[in-house]
Amino acid sequence: MSGVTGTLVIFLLPFLAAIPFGMYISKVYKGERTWLDFLRPLENLIFRISGIDPEKEMTWKQHLAALLTINAVWLVYAFGMLITQTIHFWNPDHNPSMSLHLAFNTAVSFVVNCNLQDYSGETGASYLSQTAVFTFLQFVSAATGMAAAVVIFNAFREKTTDKLGNFFNYFLKSITRILLPVAIIIAVVLVFKGIPQTFRGNETVKTLQGNIMQVSRGPAASMIAIKHLGTNGGGFFGANSAHPFENPDYFTNILEMFAQMLIPFAMVFALGFYIKRKKLSRIIFIIMTLGFLCLVVPTIAFEMKDNPVFTHLGIDQHAGNMEGKEVRFGAAATAFWSIATTVISTGSVNGMHDSFTPLSGMMQMFAMMINAFYGGCGVGILNYFIFIIIAAFISGLMVGRTPEFLGRKIETREMKLAVLVALLGPFFILAGTAIAAYLFRIDPAGKSAWLNNPSFHGFSEMLYQYTSSFANNGSGFEGLGDNTPFWNITTGFVMLIGRFIPIIAPVVLAGYMAQKKVIPPSAGTLRTDSMTFGVMTLAVIIVVAALDYLPALALGPIAEFLSFR
Amino acid sequence: MSSKRKKKGLLDQRFLKQAMVQSFVKLNPVKMVKNPVMFTVEAGTMVMLIVSIFTLINPHGAQGGFYYNFTITFVLLLTLLFANFAEAIAEARGKAQAESLRKTRHDTPANRLLPDGRVEKVSSAILKKGDLFLVAAGEVVPADGEIVEGMASIDESAITGESAPVIRESGGDKSGVTGGTTVLSDSIKVQVTTLPGESFLDKMIALVEGASRQKTPNEIALTILLAGFTLIFIIVCVTLKDYANTLITIASMVSLFVCLIPTTIGGLLSAIGIAGMDRALRANVISKSGKAVETAGDIDVLLLDKTGTITIGNRKATNFYPADSVDILHLIDCSTLASFADQTPEGKSIVELSATRKDIQSLFTAQGKFIKFTAETRSSGIDLADGRKIRKGAYDSIRKMTESCGNKFPAETGLKVKEISENGGTPLVVSENNNVLGVIELQDIIKPGIQERFERLRRMGVKTVMVTGDNPLTAKYIAAKAGVDDFIAEATPEDKLNYIRKEQASGKLVAMMGDGTNDAPALAQADVGVAMNSGTQAAKEAGNMVDLDNDPTKLIEIVEIGKQLLITRGTLTTFSIANDVAKYFAIVPALFITSIPALQSLNIMQLHSPESAILSAVIFNALIIPMLIPLALRGVKYRPIGAGALLRRNLLIYGFGGIIAPFIGIKLIDLIIRFII
Repeated sequence: MSGVTGTLVIFLLPFLAAIPFGMYISKVYKGERTWLDFLRPLENLIFRISGIDPEKEMTWKQHLAALLTINAVWLVYAFGMLITQTIHFWNPDHNPSMSLHLAFNTAVSFVVNCNLQDYSGETGASYLSQTAVFTFLQFVSAATGMAAAVVIFNAFREKTTDKLGNFFNYFLKSITRILLPVAIIIAVVLVFKGIPQTFRGNETVKTLQGNIMQVSRGPAASMIAIKHLGTNGGGFFGANSAHPFENPDYFTNILEMFAQMLIPFAMVFALGFYIKRKKLSRIIFIIMTLGFLCLVVPTIAFEMKDNPVFTHLGIDQHAGNMEGKEVRFGAAATAFWSIATTVISTGSVNGMHDSFTPLSGMMQMFAMMINAFYGGCGVGILNYFIFIIIAAFISGLMVGRTPEFLGRKIETREMKLAVLVALLGPFFILAGTAIAAYLFRIDPAGKSAWLNNPSFHGFSEMLYQYTSSFANNGSGFEGLGDNTPFWNITTGFVMLIGRFIPIIAPVVLAGYMAQKKVIPPSAGTLRTDSMTFGVMTLAVIIVVAALDYLPALALGPIAEFLSFR
Repeated sequence: MSSKRKKKGLLDQRFLKQAMVQSFVKLNPVKMVKNPVMFTVEAGTMVMLIVSIFTLINPHGAQGGFYYNFTITFVLLLTLLFANFAEAIAEARGKAQAESLRKTRHDTPANRLLPDGRVEKVSSAILKKGDLFLVAAGEVVPADGEIVEGMASIDESAITGESAPVIRESGGDKSGVTGGTTVLSDSIKVQVTTLPGESFLDKMIALVEGASRQKTPNEIALTILLAGFTLIFIIVCVTLKDYANTLITIASMVSLFVCLIPTTIGGLLSAIGIAGMDRALRANVISKSGKAVETAGDIDVLLLDKTGTITIGNRKATNFYPADSVDILHLIDCSTLASFADQTPEGKSIVELSATRKDIQSLFTAQGKFIKFTAETRSSGIDLADGRKIRKGAYDSIRKMTESCGNKFPAETGLKVKEISENGGTPLVVSENNNVLGVIELQDIIKPGIQERFERLRRMGVKTVMVTGDNPLTAKYIAAKAGVDDFIAEATPEDKLNYIRKEQASGKLVAMMGDGTNDAPALAQADVGVAMNSGTQAAKEAGNMVDLDNDPTKLIEIVEIGKQLLITRGTLTTFSIANDVAKYFAIVPALFITSIPALQSLNIMQLHSPESAILSAVIFNALIIPMLIPLALRGVKYRPIGAGALLRRNLLIYGFGGIIAPFIGIKLIDLIIRFII
């Protein structure tokens, strides 16, 4: 199985699982009976120890206070751990502590579900960091996003309210009922497929040529399961899922793809089950899929064709553009993965995005710039929600009614928040890239010697790095020398802002809207669960993103593409 | 109602000069800052002005030639002037409309009544609230007020355009008089209720004057969205400077920026708002705020009085049904005799109906004593000189009367009475010397065309509710016949208020029209309360709009005006943003073509040169504003085809059209200017 059929299977499997799984997720958050209810005593014990009453409902302010507080604690904890790796137990290879700026970048990166990884796992992290910091944060950051999404769901139940459920309840259940059980199953399968899960250090191997080689290993399978399931993307090894110990064959490739698409798909359906608007969910899913197809179909086509540069060199390319791709996956599956991982904000890679043809690179960047087709664990739906608000506002005006979404009016306060989120992306991505480009221009060989490929491709690398940071994606155009104070610190802040403002603003927005009177629909009301409105949202997403980023993309991938011809 | 609505061209000659002057006056940055989009254009223009002067001094610098820079500056200035012109012309039209109404009330002589009873002649301008004045036949009412004594017929055509005189009298719901109307008969004593300068008209004039106009909540939210886009494009343009090793001239940068920000909607936004108020004024509706007009577009429920709105005036006689033993002609004769002296509309209608059935001339000579209707007898009639006592009245009262004299009430008439009631009619039983002759059927006549109007409202998503004093049976029948969705029968003012509150509690917006003082609480409670101009002062104070035409179906028009306002804003926003796609294809290749020749492929319009491309885009951006002024003033038409269909339609025209139009426009401009530069 390979090529286009393979990609179809990869898409259909999580799609088929997502509907029942979405129903299950909805039941978990509603507190309805599920087959994992035997975990309740354990959950209650955790609540009792923490002094939390899971039945006590919170306002949006209390939700945000809880969310930000626990995230701040994790950030400090992770930073402290990463700068003290030399004293860690479970560090058989004696990997060093991280520099302050690298530790800051890495701690932020894992807390915000980005996993940018300016270090390499084999040489930069102890096994204690890999498990107690990275794997731990991969669970809790995913659960944070999911809990925030449920707060939004609560805002659109039938009644007017300021009570939006209990954050800790959603957070804990996301882990015990959703992430942990599925991650355990995936990890066990991965172990059977040969992925290491050990605390022993490097294996010393004598190769056929007689050289001595150090082969890195460690507790990898447990991390790889949640790295995909929680749309984190941070690999155990530097080469991520292109590494044979992370992703040994086509089957694990399908499984890892399944794991990363499952929750983003299922959350869309969970919304429909939770607020009893299945049609709305269906439309959102169709629109997201349309958007995804617009990105993935051309990318697969570009990668299955030959690369004009190699054609000029007379290299056989019947398998497509295979530079930077693994032969065991092939061009189509790697192209599919590259778009899936960028729309979904996982950021794990099974091939080098840097080596894709220029327009495929643009598709990957565009996927992250939009960041709302499926999107990250929980947060994808928050991003899409902001676009819905803007689309509902414009289309509400166009049909001659004060704009509303699900019966709640969109007024000045809501517009301010939506515009704020819409502004942030272009601001941090474009301004960050501009600063980096400026610094490189004034000192290309000295302090700012981070580009191996100046010109258009180098520009793309810098643009990609900020886009990936802001979108909390974490994948990289690997040509960039990014372990420098400048990159570590600036992308660290961009990641923080790109994570928390797009969570805070929708929660506040939903909090405002939950308190509004619900207007019953009439013939004059624009139905937001109609295909017309769905297409309108898609148009808003694409036009706004294109207007924001077209000049930058024109100077990077488009210019590179045009100069190749 | 539109007899006086003059067909004026959108751009009347009278306004042009005034508006042109205002376009320059409005360049004042202090005023401009209220509109963030256009303010940034003004800032860009200032920058370009400085650059132009600089290039004049240093013609061989990196910023390009003086003429090119100056042309850009000039086009940017034009953009600003066009936007200001749009606002100014909307203001001028609105003001002219309001002034023509206001003119009627200036310097009218008034007969002020002094406390000692003397009357002095003063100018209307010095009348104060609470003053009393007299108006006699042939005189003009000097100020808005309420009749405290007397009754008069008044010609309100100066205000409403309706030539038929109306009756106004003290004490009832029709006690309000408006300044500028003429008393045709009788004389009235009026108390001034509104200070000059505080009248509704003055409030309305303020609404069409850009300076004092308050933005509506929808407009503020849209302004935020537009400001957001402006900020995004500032970022896009500023960061572009550092992306490539190309020198981007200030002219190109400012041009790109001005083209990208939503100047089309930004420039027309206030004109759209003012024009909306103006349209309301042209419909002879005075609104106290712009918000009220927009709220009207959101109305879910509409409360309408039955009488005068759904039915024509009062009930009319439609048929005679004699008892078995009675000749129909005899019944008609007696009914006519009993109604001759009855001046109620019902009484008149009986005589009218009789005249169509037989010759009633002979009856005119009859002599007798008219018996008035009382609440106790619930009947009226005549005691003829020949001794016959003819009565007509409610079924149960006539029945009691006849049965108390020992006569039997005919069973077939009893059945007929029941049948008439069930069909929504009112039966009037006629008796002669306490013998029942038969029954007259009175029916409400539903206004022609009213069903279509309700159907139109239903398609807009507005539920109509009929309010009537009739019993539930009659009300139900008429409601079904007229096609209203619901009714309140035997309605008291409290019922109306409660109904409104109930609907509001379920999240709906309610509009109602009313004229009486007892309507005031409901008018105040309703989200849109439209008071009739003929109504009492209390009603007018309580509502947020006054309808000068006293036309109860006016609300349909107001709802459409409100919707039109929002639609115009929404579609032009979409158009404005969609335009940017083409502008990118014009300007981005132009910016980088020298350093990155490969980008020539993006020049899909095949524009002549970088300079011509940038100029064409800026010129298109400027010209589109005046081209859309007529649309902004007229408003994009509302069609009650359902929200989804309307969105599809508007997206196709203004969204898709907005992407295509500038490709054509910019290419055409480029074809022309390539020969000039």
